Amino acid sequence: MAGPRIVVVGAGPAGVRAAERLVESGLKPIVFDEACSCGGQIYRRQPGSFTRSYAELYGADADRAKSIHAAFDRILPSVDYRPNTTVWNISGNELFTAADRQGRVVEFDAAILATGATDRMAPVRGWTLPGVYSLGGAQIALKAQACGIGSKIALLGTGPLLYLVACQYSKAGIDVQAVLDTAPLPAQLLATRQLLAKPGLLMRGVHLRLRLMSKGIPVHNGVRSPEIVGPERVTGVRWRGADGTSESVDADAVALGFHVRSEAQLADLAGCPFSFDEQMRQWRPDCDATGRTPRPGIYLAGDCIRILGGHAAEIAGRLAAISAMADHGIVTAAREAAVLTRRLRSYQRFQKALTNAFPWPEAEIRKLPDDVIVCRCEAITAGELRKAAVVMGAAELNRAKAFSRVGMGRCQGRYCASAAAQILSDARNLPLEAVGRIRTQAPVKPLTIALERVES
Amino acid sequence: MHTFGPGPLEPPQFVRVGEKQRQPVRIVVNGQSVEALAGDTVLVAVLTTRGSLRRSEFGDGDRAGFCLMGACQDCWLWTSDGRRIRSCTTTVAEGLSVVTHPPDNIWPAPA
Repeated sequence: MAGPRIVVVGAGPAGVRAAERLVESGLKPIVFDEACSCGGQIYRRQPGSFTRSYAELYGADADRAKSIHAAFDRILPSVDYRPNTTVWNISGNELFTAADRQGRVVEFDAAILATGATDRMAPVRGWTLPGVYSLGGAQIALKAQACGIGSKIALLGTGPLLYLVACQYSKAGIDVQAVLDTAPLPAQLLATRQLLAKPGLLMRGVHLRLRLMSKGIPVHNGVRSPEIVGPERVTGVRWRGADGTSESVDADAVALGFHVRSEAQLADLAGCPFSFDEQMRQWRPDCDATGRTPRPGIYLAGDCIRILGGHAAEIAGRLAAISAMADHGIVTAAREAAVLTRRLRSYQRFQKALTNAFPWPEAEIRKLPDDVIVCRCEAITAGELRKAAVVMGAAELNRAKAFSRVGMGRCQGRYCASAAAQILSDARNLPLEAVGRIRTQAPVKPLTIALERVES
Repeated sequence: MHTFGPGPLEPPQFVRVGEKQRQPVRIVVNGQSVEALAGDTVLVAVLTTRGSLRRSEFGDGDRAGFCLMGACQDCWLWTSDGRRIRSCTTTVAEGLSVVTHPPDNIWPAPA
């Protein structure tokens, strides 16, 4: 093909809109998707043998989900779509993929990374028991498989997803025992005014809460010292209320999550610099409002930069596509880019308010007992990590990882690194940003040793 | 060889809430025939019939998956011919045979 080769990694809202914009300008991008069909996690498609309607599956987002799927179906003849394909490394201007047992190396001139996000986790006692799932996972069970994670569930953590998943489970006829939010109610009330940056989304949140009330589902705010009770599988949750009283509910499953975190590993491997986001209390790749990074040829879009959600990801996807094309002399579209950039701004204000309303539970992690598991891959405890920090002298996350193995397991730090950084900074009495972040290592997902290199 | 624990690992972890009219697909789990439905992931096929997927290699009990989106790697199973699969992203196929423990002799046994 003549002209620059532009590739898109991910086929969620950002990836689909990026690919669509490239096709509009006559390009034929390669789109890599780890899933078997487009939509990403938020608009994940159910298998072909399922029959539920869009309204049933996606609720208030039905039209958006339909529009994303339809957009991708429409451009499918004009893209080189590679589903079930993991991009596991980027080096220079080459991208390394694995599909089944076949490995390929794909050269690119511009890569738009739209790799999304996963649940951000804070460990609690009992979180490795069978029956505990990430909030996103609990939603996937329902949406993509028409299954509940249990018949009597509790939801624990913080963030808007807590309330959404609670409503979705209740609607599906599953007994929702309690919603346990570590965010104190005053923080949420204080943030209400800022949340008016997106009145529609704020109303949706209020509506979810009212629906839980009308169903008689208890919502507890300011939950402290939560513990998931076993011994061999989930039997309930214990916690202390905002006023210190002991409380508990019975449950055979728990959905756990503390907002979401960016999947920015490929941006890291590609050489994008990262900065500490004081408000979100985590590192994120440097990227301007138009999706450009300081690393030529690498563009970012959607939640892999910072968590603005699915609606904003669609805008960011188009913007990144325009930026990539403009830098390669294909289009300018300056006006379109300016409009999209302006539209993104209100989401940024909304996201800041959300972070205030559902803060990362630093105090809870600080007082986590030594025997609680932090690394679920290898069952390594908070005490072992603190020992690496204090006794063995690790003042930085990668060193603590080498000493304790926290972050070295097969999830590669996705589910422990946020909390591990917090524990390390507390143990060493350092600011969170001073302990750094886990350096990404390729492959970003485990590969089979039987991977055979084939020519692309 | 690890097997499922008794008692507490029943009943199944997952409950089906709809889409039950799909074509049945038979798979084999630890040598026993299990009825799944077309479009099920292997994880769903196993957890609608049992309470967990596998035992943690680090002595902290059984696991039943966690993220369901291919990120945590906590749902690994093995095909009977020794291939590792991520059960949350693998779809069932008629006759698929899986085991919930690593194949024997995959690693040298500790002395």
